[in-house]
Amino acid sequence: MLLTNRSKNLYQEVILDHNKNPRNYRAIENPSHFAKGNNPLCGDKLDVYLTVDENNVVTDVSFVGDGCAISKASASIMTTLVKDKTIDEVHKLFEGFHDMATGKIEPDDDPKLRRLRAFSGVKDLPARVKCATLAWHTLDAALKDKEIVSTE
Amino acid sequence: MDTVSNDILSQKRETPGRILEIRRDFPILNRVIQDKPLVYLDNGASTQMPRQVMDTITAYHEFHHSNVHRGVHQLSQEATDLYEGAREKVRSFIGAKSTKEIVYTSGTTAAINLVANSYGTANLTKGDKILISNMEHHANIVPWYMIARKTGAEIVVIPIHDDGSLDMDAFVELLDEKVKIVCVNHVSNALGTVNPINEIAVLCREKNIATVVDGAQAIGHFPVDVTDLGVDFYAFSGHKMHGPTGIGILYGREELLESMEPFMGGGDMILSVSFDEISWNELPYKFEAGTPPIAQAIGLGAAIDYLNSLDREFLESYEQQLLEYANEKLSQIPGVRIIGTAEGKISLNSFVINGVHPHDIGTILDGEGVAVRTGQHCAEPVMDRFGIPATTRASMAFYNTFEEIDALADALLKVTELFDVTD
Ligand SMILES: Cc1ncc(COP(=O)(O)O)c(C=O)c1O
Repeated sequence: MLLTNRSKNLYQEVILDHNKNPRNYRAIENPSHFAKGNNPLCGDKLDVYLTVDENNVVTDVSFVGDGCAISKASASIMTTLVKDKTIDEVHKLFEGFHDMATGKIEPDDDPKLRRLRAFSGVKDLPARVKCATLAWHTLDAALKDKEIVSTE
Repeated sequence: MDTVSNDILSQKRETPGRILEIRRDFPILNRVIQDKPLVYLDNGASTQMPRQVMDTITAYHEFHHSNVHRGVHQLSQEATDLYEGAREKVRSFIGAKSTKEIVYTSGTTAAINLVANSYGTANLTKGDKILISNMEHHANIVPWYMIARKTGAEIVVIPIHDDGSLDMDAFVELLDEKVKIVCVNHVSNALGTVNPINEIAVLCREKNIATVVDGAQAIGHFPVDVTDLGVDFYAFSGHKMHGPTGIGILYGREELLESMEPFMGGGDMILSVSFDEISWNELPYKFEAGTPPIAQAIGLGAAIDYLNSLDREFLESYEQQLLEYANEKLSQIPGVRIIGTAEGKISLNSFVINGVHPHDIGTILDGEGVAVRTGQHCAEPVMDRFGIPATTRASMAFYNTFEEIDALADALLKVTELFDVTD
């Protein structure tokens, strides 16, 4: 299977796998935090659920939604990464991810970003950056108790 | 998978020499996108301009540029002659009776807004109905929605069938005495459907209902004669008929335009102004306030000359062959479903692939040099009607080739392999 350049960089095995078998794809009953994300340009929609304990640690996180492979895989990988992290750590991860997706830093600049490097390809595709960051913006909104976020 | 690919490749067709000749007029078609030759299949969004149009625009800027209708000097006279000459070309191109019926606008959207604000505001009151087809572009929905809110008129949707054709039985039923305006596109940008405009116009004329036809997707594909069609208003854009952006046309029946108030005020659209009284300029200038897009209008005239220089009957039948070929190729790709299969549609295919989001398709196709549109095509009600979030749209023009359809099919096969799509 040969794909050229920009799109080859993006559609890697990891992304395709998470798109097909998204992890933590379920709703959480009685979450402590919740937000709906929406990218009107693409029609991508996703809900992010979180349970955060009294020590500010994310003890459970999940998502449900519909969208392109990039947004779905990003949400799926995000849930695997933020579980058991403190809110502070989650914020740092989001910042790093955002900087990588917009080309401000390289994935190698920060060891935390190792498992997110598959998304570094979106920096060459400005129209797709929002797909990759939707889940993270939604998570951020949930933690700030904003219920609806739009990335347009 | 390889067998599928080979099957498809085995039925190649060759593009006629006349088409290859025409392609030479379009320099942009030689672009290389990421090591691949550009395959431009986004003509529904904007068509490409031939060198003849670009040369005309450049010559205007190099030799004649000046403001129109305003100077006694030579350049202003030349600019005015070219600008008004282009209006006559438009008139003759669409079979209007007089250049008074040809209003320059910035595009289809501006043309429909003009009708909605001027004709709509004056002719709609509370309880009146505006019929709008379910397959309209937002450009023929939103202005009416705004006017309906202002006037208290009601918007009623003309339904469409599963194949994407207009439900004419339902349309006839909807035509009661409350209906004042009917808005329908000549060709749907999301489905490719060609609507029976003449039939609609005849029914409306009998009942004194105004017809507002969005011709944006029709004008580049086949000859249009507004007088034969019998419509009241017909709108289109230069950039969808191989002309420049920033210019469009509102055709309006003279009697109606005459009765309408201007939509915008300013220079050029008045005969005399004092602070007590203003009298409007004659048609069509009453609707053309301010300095118009002069170079673009002249460019539109050049696009018309260009189209007139081609054998349009041949091009139309060639485009139908392209469509047939594309249908055949798409039908061999696993998981593909074409949205809009109405009889006699133009060379445009909207489709979805099982389990793959159109934006992923668009990005992967872009990586192969294939430019298509993905999304809702400014026609959200169409997407809702078919219960899909978005589609991928390959829209063809007469300069596309069979080989480009092969490239599209190959790129789509890559998508289905990558995403492991089955039927
Ligand atoms: C059917 C239809 N109507 C209206 C428009 C709007 O045209 P413009 O953006 O040139 O005003 C388009 C183009 O996108 C179209 O396809």
